[in-house]
Amino acid sequence: MDNHILESKSVNVYYDDMHALKNISMKVEANSVTALIGPSGCGKSTFLRVFNRMNDYIEAFRMDGEVLMEGKNIYHKKMQVDELRKSIGMVFQKPNPFPKSIFENVAYGLKIQGIKDKEFIQNRVEKSLQQAALWDEVKSDLNKSALALSGGQQQRLCIARALAVEPRVLLMDEPTSALDPISTAKVEELINELKQNYTIVIVTHNMQQASRLSDYTAFFYMGDLIEFGKTEEIFRNPKVERTQNYITGRFG
Amino acid sequence: MSNKNTEKIIEWLLRLSALVTVLTTIGIIWVLLSESVSFFQQVSIIEFLTDTQWTPLYKDKHFGIMPLVSGTLLTTFIAVSVALPLGLVIAIYLSEYAPKKFRKTVKPLLEILAAVPTVVYGFFALMVVTPFLQTIIPNLSGFNALSAGIVMGIMIIPFVTSFSEDALQAVPKSLKHGAFALGSTRLQTSFRVMVPAASSGIVVSVILAFSRAIGETMIVAIAAGQQPRLTANPLVPIETITTYIVQVSLGDVPHGSLEYKTIFAAGMTLFVFTFILNNISFWIRKKFREKYD
Amino acid sequence: MTNSRKNRLKDKGFEYLGVACSLFGLVVLAIFIGDILADGLSRIDWDFLKSLPSRKPEKAGIFTAWTGSLWILVFTTIIAFPLAVSAGIYLEEYGGNGRWSSLLEVNISNLAGVPSIIYGLLGLEIFVRIFKMGNSVLAGAFALALLILPIIIVATREAIRTVPPSIRAASYALGATKWQTIWNQVLPASMGGIFTGVILAISRAVGETAPLIIVGALAYVPFAPSSPMDEFTVMPIQIFNWVSRPQHGFTVNAAAAIIILLLITFVMNGIAVYLRNKWQKKINW
Repeated sequence: MDNHILESKSVNVYYDDMHALKNISMKVEANSVTALIGPSGCGKSTFLRVFNRMNDYIEAFRMDGEVLMEGKNIYHKKMQVDELRKSIGMVFQKPNPFPKSIFENVAYGLKIQGIKDKEFIQNRVEKSLQQAALWDEVKSDLNKSALALSGGQQQRLCIARALAVEPRVLLMDEPTSALDPISTAKVEELINELKQNYTIVIVTHNMQQASRLSDYTAFFYMGDLIEFGKTEEIFRNPKVERTQNYITGRFG
Repeated sequence: MSNKNTEKIIEWLLRLSALVTVLTTIGIIWVLLSESVSFFQQVSIIEFLTDTQWTPLYKDKHFGIMPLVSGTLLTTFIAVSVALPLGLVIAIYLSEYAPKKFRKTVKPLLEILAAVPTVVYGFFALMVVTPFLQTIIPNLSGFNALSAGIVMGIMIIPFVTSFSEDALQAVPKSLKHGAFALGSTRLQTSFRVMVPAASSGIVVSVILAFSRAIGETMIVAIAAGQQPRLTANPLVPIETITTYIVQVSLGDVPHGSLEYKTIFAAGMTLFVFTFILNNISFWIRKKFREKYD
Repeated sequence: MTNSRKNRLKDKGFEYLGVACSLFGLVVLAIFIGDILADGLSRIDWDFLKSLPSRKPEKAGIFTAWTGSLWILVFTTIIAFPLAVSAGIYLEEYGGNGRWSSLLEVNISNLAGVPSIIYGLLGLEIFVRIFKMGNSVLAGAFALALLILPIIIVATREAIRTVPPSIRAASYALGATKWQTIWNQVLPASMGGIFTGVILAISRAVGETAPLIIVGALAYVPFAPSSPMDEFTVMPIQIFNWVSRPQHGFTVNAAAAIIILLLITFVMNGIAVYLRNKWQKKINW
């Protein structure tokens, strides 16, 4: 695994006195899908948010260790968090479109970068919506409120919004947990397409989803990284008994 | 990087705006204090607090604030004794009895009472309420504390109602259901369970009603008279602190004169009253919030 | 009579008392509005709106009063709106939980309870004398702006608080800075609530009398202001002036002016209620 883009080195996270992540070291391969699995409260979502520093907004949050993106420590004093987040996009558990038009949602990331070229923005919005497999459904009403879309459409809009700034990495925090089965299938299909150009890290509760989608799987339990490796191996013959118990549904 | 600098500048601008509120308080205290200090260099505090006459605008000058304080407290007590029972009964009724529809219609209508400009209430007190009361109480003067106080009470009903209602709504439903389960009527539940549980919020509403009435100006300036006198008789003309300040401001009093300074000394007295009341209510509210969080 | 029967009767009795008390306030309001309309409605015509004040009640009008109110209103808003919204944003988004912000909080709650007449004394000393604005529209507007600051600040904070955290998270995750997030997402989403607060605050300012009397607004101004440094009068002061006169004609004038003042106040409150309802419907994310 030499072509890695993200790496965590001995990361410890605390919320006040609670030790939420314990000494996690792990590498994320470029242009692949890495799934983070484990029971609720195991630290997988916290770990996902370590990569784009979204935990910074939690007051009780403390962290030590290093997180590298392409060899650069993203927790370095001189790191510009806004720059970092332009190369690491994120999709949340519940669709969270802005209360604005579909177009404005996708264009937002570009506009805050100060891009004013209307044609450029228009092209990028169209391209992103196409990548997110939403273009055909919304192309005639780009000025409609994003809140009028269905849940599944909203989540694909959020993916398009993240793609519009052309990030290298896409972090997805249980992106289908609030969706119906049909929308879930669409989003999964989309993730399969996207991995050719993007590195995707996805948190999921759904074992089938992890095995269907991911190339690598990391299993977390109570703040520890129990096992990490190729998805086939983790699912076919896990080395640790606890992983096996979880995967086969004996707990969690 | 410029992004970071812009962020910093904006944060400072916002902080400065917030600072304006602090400067306002400092400004109020400084203005009242500096003019009052210069007032008390000419008039002794003892005279200010003990003399029973207030006649700074006459030849025979007396500087006893007590007549103005008594006038203020008289109208205030009348107002609160109108607003408190009415406001509280309405709050309990709306919160514990009233059908949803009634509540939804009546509440905004009652809020109108608080939106009417006070000068309009003054007109009402002078032109409608006083003549009406005179048919019942023949020796009622044209200007009096009674009519101004009653109208002021009507004005502050919505304050009492809305604060008390909020307090009642904040009582956990389980308490109420517990009382109902024991077979209490709504009345028993209201007065034995809800009102005691919401007492701190209700006390806050009473204190704020007092504070509001003490500081009210136009109703008393129009309808209560301009004769400072130390009396508890609601039927004769009196003068409140606020009315005195208005009275002086309407005349032509030169800056720096003793008369000019009297309005700041009067204002200081007013400010001290309301400041103490407001802080007590803030403190109770804070404690109260902690209790249920 | 059994005990529980008695209790039920008392319960019913209180219910009637509650209805009676609720209706009492409304009945008083209705009587009052009826009386005012009977007194003043027939006096309102174009001449009344266009005429200058006069010693003869039948010739007097409210032209200088309503133009003065308009001037005051515009300048008060210009001063108070940006200041109050900025302060509200600061307290909600940057304030944190430190001692400084809890001091600000106590302070604002205190300011909201300071009697309006005290703002008049503040304005008289600071704006009229020290800043040498004289008895001008500007001095009056500054005094009123400080008076309504707490109202708008509280409304701004409440409106901002209703914006769900997920919207902020989405914006930050796209690389937006804190201010970009506030300006592009938080403020537009809370504008409905902020405007409601602003309108209520302005409607309060329109009815304010005492602070402007202290600042030196005059009862008799024979011309409408043409610059913010001019002397002025406003509707409530005109009404106060007419109420204080013994002639019946002026009482009629006062009633007529009150009708117009109430109309303005009610329309503004109506708009505020409408905005609030519309906005509350919209924010069911």
